[in-house]
Amino acid sequence: MMDGMAFEKNDMLSVRDLTITVGPSGKRIVDALSFDLAAGDMMALVGESGSGKTMAARAILGLLPQPLVTAPQSRILFKDSDLTRLEPKAMRKVRGAEIGMVFQEPMVSLNPAVTIGEQMAEGLRLHHKLAKVEIRDRSLAMLERIRIKEPAKCLAAYPHEFSGGMRQRIMLASVMLLKPRLLIADEPTTALDTLVQRDVLDLMVELTQANGTAVLLISHDLGMVSHYIPNVVVMSEGKAVESGPSSEVLRAPTHDYTRRLLDALPQRSAGGTRGGDCGKPIVEIRDVVIDYPGRNRLFSRTEAKRAVHGVDLTVRRGETLALVGASGSGKTTLGRAIVGLVKPTSGEISFLGAEGLEPADRHGRHREMQIVFQDPYSSLDPRQRIADIIAEPLKLDKSMSAAERERRVEQVFTEVGLSSDFRRRFPHQLSGGQRQRVAIARAIVGRPAFVVADEPVSALDMTVQKQILLLIRELQARHNFACLFVSHDLGAVEQVADRIAVMQDGRIVEIGERDDVIDRPQHPYTRQLLEAAMLIDRRFAETNPLEQAMAR
Amino acid sequence: MTRFILTRIASAIPTLILVSIAVFGLLRFIPGDPAALMLGDLAKPGQVEAMRIQMGLDKPVVAQYLIWVGNALTGDFGKSISTGQDVLPLILNAFSVSASIVLLGVLIAALIAVPAGMLAAWRQNSPGDVGVIAVSTILLSIPSFWLGLMLLLVFGLHLGWLPVIGYVPFSQGFWPALVYIVLPVTTLVLSEAGPIARMARASTIEVARLEYITHARAKGLSEPAVMWRHAFKNAFAPTLTLIGFVLGSLLGGIAVIETVFTLPGLGRLLVDAIYARDYPVVQGTMLFVAAIYVVVNLIVDLLYPFLDPRVAA
Repeated sequence: MMDGMAFEKNDMLSVRDLTITVGPSGKRIVDALSFDLAAGDMMALVGESGSGKTMAARAILGLLPQPLVTAPQSRILFKDSDLTRLEPKAMRKVRGAEIGMVFQEPMVSLNPAVTIGEQMAEGLRLHHKLAKVEIRDRSLAMLERIRIKEPAKCLAAYPHEFSGGMRQRIMLASVMLLKPRLLIADEPTTALDTLVQRDVLDLMVELTQANGTAVLLISHDLGMVSHYIPNVVVMSEGKAVESGPSSEVLRAPTHDYTRRLLDALPQRSAGGTRGGDCGKPIVEIRDVVIDYPGRNRLFSRTEAKRAVHGVDLTVRRGETLALVGASGSGKTTLGRAIVGLVKPTSGEISFLGAEGLEPADRHGRHREMQIVFQDPYSSLDPRQRIADIIAEPLKLDKSMSAAERERRVEQVFTEVGLSSDFRRRFPHQLSGGQRQRVAIARAIVGRPAFVVADEPVSALDMTVQKQILLLIRELQARHNFACLFVSHDLGAVEQVADRIAVMQDGRIVEIGERDDVIDRPQHPYTRQLLEAAMLIDRRFAETNPLEQAMAR
Repeated sequence: MTRFILTRIASAIPTLILVSIAVFGLLRFIPGDPAALMLGDLAKPGQVEAMRIQMGLDKPVVAQYLIWVGNALTGDFGKSISTGQDVLPLILNAFSVSASIVLLGVLIAALIAVPAGMLAAWRQNSPGDVGVIAVSTILLSIPSFWLGLMLLLVFGLHLGWLPVIGYVPFSQGFWPALVYIVLPVTTLVLSEAGPIARMARASTIEVARLEYITHARAKGLSEPAVMWRHAFKNAFAPTLTLIGFVLGSLLGGIAVIETVFTLPGLGRLLVDAIYARDYPVVQGTMLFVAAIYVVVNLIVDLLYPFLDPRVAA
């Protein structure tokens, strides 16, 4: 590393040989990681899950979860002290006041039982010993700065009253309220929609720049990093494999792993649209309205909420129609209504030419339509073996013999690229990507005519996302099923879709061929979505596209 | 919030109606004619008929039920067959005995067990944690009547520090009353602390893993502050539910402990009434016990939003 140069820049944080092991002599989670961060600078630790980036960040604050320990040779120099050798009491003075931390899951990183105001006040009270009125004034001012509409009301509210994006802004506000010298942000936007992601990151940059706070961002998303963060350290299996200015590292990666990460960035699939108009319509929906009934209370009914307002849509054999929108746009509800998991309030959903509100009826037509869910951790029964999970849909077909079923399962294992070693395993023994392959195998094993994929890759790492998207496309080419691909991520959509429908507040605002929608968006909302997602690509385009990576 | 309270209270009503039907039906459909029972073996047939009319047993079952419920609502649970006393004062007296022991016992048990469980969880797998698990498991496996008898043997007979029998109500002076309930309360504390400690430990371990606890530490809070301000409320909620169950079922009578210490409590009232086939007392007590159970759980439900604001949303 460029130690000499880095020291000239007057480093605020110098990590040297940071090594984290499981117990005093166990496996190395982080292996001799070194980097420097100057005051007011921004740096990203990039890697996939399991690369050790999160644990490295936690070690800085001395917050490693239990069996993990920092090895004695590690040094974390912050200002004048070595954080690895600090007494607990002195460490507590650094936490919050000098180094703030923002966590990944805004849904679980704010205490559900404590008001926002109290959670914001806590740090101020602890580190600055301010009067109550002063604390309140500063909190209110901060909430106003992050553009919370009714700050006074917000202080008295509990976290569950806010959306994920709002919570993450509040979290940022509460950390920045203490004006730390360093902000560690651990995947702060991974759990959020594209539009909200950008919003939160802009806010993070705004707040830290104004205060001269340095940022250490932990992320798996190279695209996002390339846009926001000037310096990057790429981590793989606990080691830093490459580091330097983002523009250099991302333009001319020297390490294989970095290239693999770059390769996984969204890119348009070749070949463009297939099938087009010639495919036979598999699913046609006319004027579908879906209300969520108000909850029945004893004395009243809460108001019914309309999730989908009169939508028309056709999905043809062999094509992938992507349904894109922010969370709450009704896209998931619509997908579920088509497979019969949600009952539409009015309108028509016809499947394979037969009409009716409940396509998944008892005539066995549900075998013809399947769904792949977002979270492969909760969509597979943890107590069933993989082969049984995949074989389950086949059991609906009484005419199928056990031997035939066996053969079909065997075949699907190969099709989705799973080794047959996995047959006897349980879901928890598989990685996220492998589990999603199982979920896809379960969906296609009965040779359905139609598959709904509900955010099938948003819980996965970038390189795994890529593999799964390619798999879906490949399977579709082989089996010619129609696919409704529900997603908030235009990057993923671009890779698989033939046509794109953009949904906002329960209505489809734009629908068309993929290239038309992405290259020539008509509706302002589509443009907004594209801007949030495409920024990353555009930046690459400006600085020389990754032709090497693309070529492969 | 007001709506939440009203809804909760209102939802307790159907439960109480079902319970009253069950209590009424249970006694109505078991074999044996209460009128004949009341008159004894020497009654003449005509007398039994007259008694049935007097007791309202000739009316249709639904009418009988409505009359019974109507009376119960005005506090009239009838008269005891064996002693002729009004049932309600009988129940209330017995309840005051049970309640003073149970409330005190569960309160002390919770005050000891909840902090012990939480501290054990905070230092998971430390010697202290193992100690708490061991003690609570031992307490859990000892039958309360045996524990009571042992306490009586040691402190009552051998050491002679405490009385072995009887009960003095608190209305007759604090200290004498206290002396009489020390042993039953201790028995209760020892037998109830185990499950509460285990529950508090389990739910604290669950909460300690969550990100907002790490977040609280990352703010620079000290361990006691993290535990008290961020872990306690969230970890205590399931324990409160357990305490509610325990309290509800114990208030309904601690027949075993009452028998060991010869206390005139609700449990013994019910058991004695069943043996004596004293139907009005049995019916009244059962209805009362069920009502107590419902009310205690209602109170727990109403306290819940203070621990977890999401439930009232």
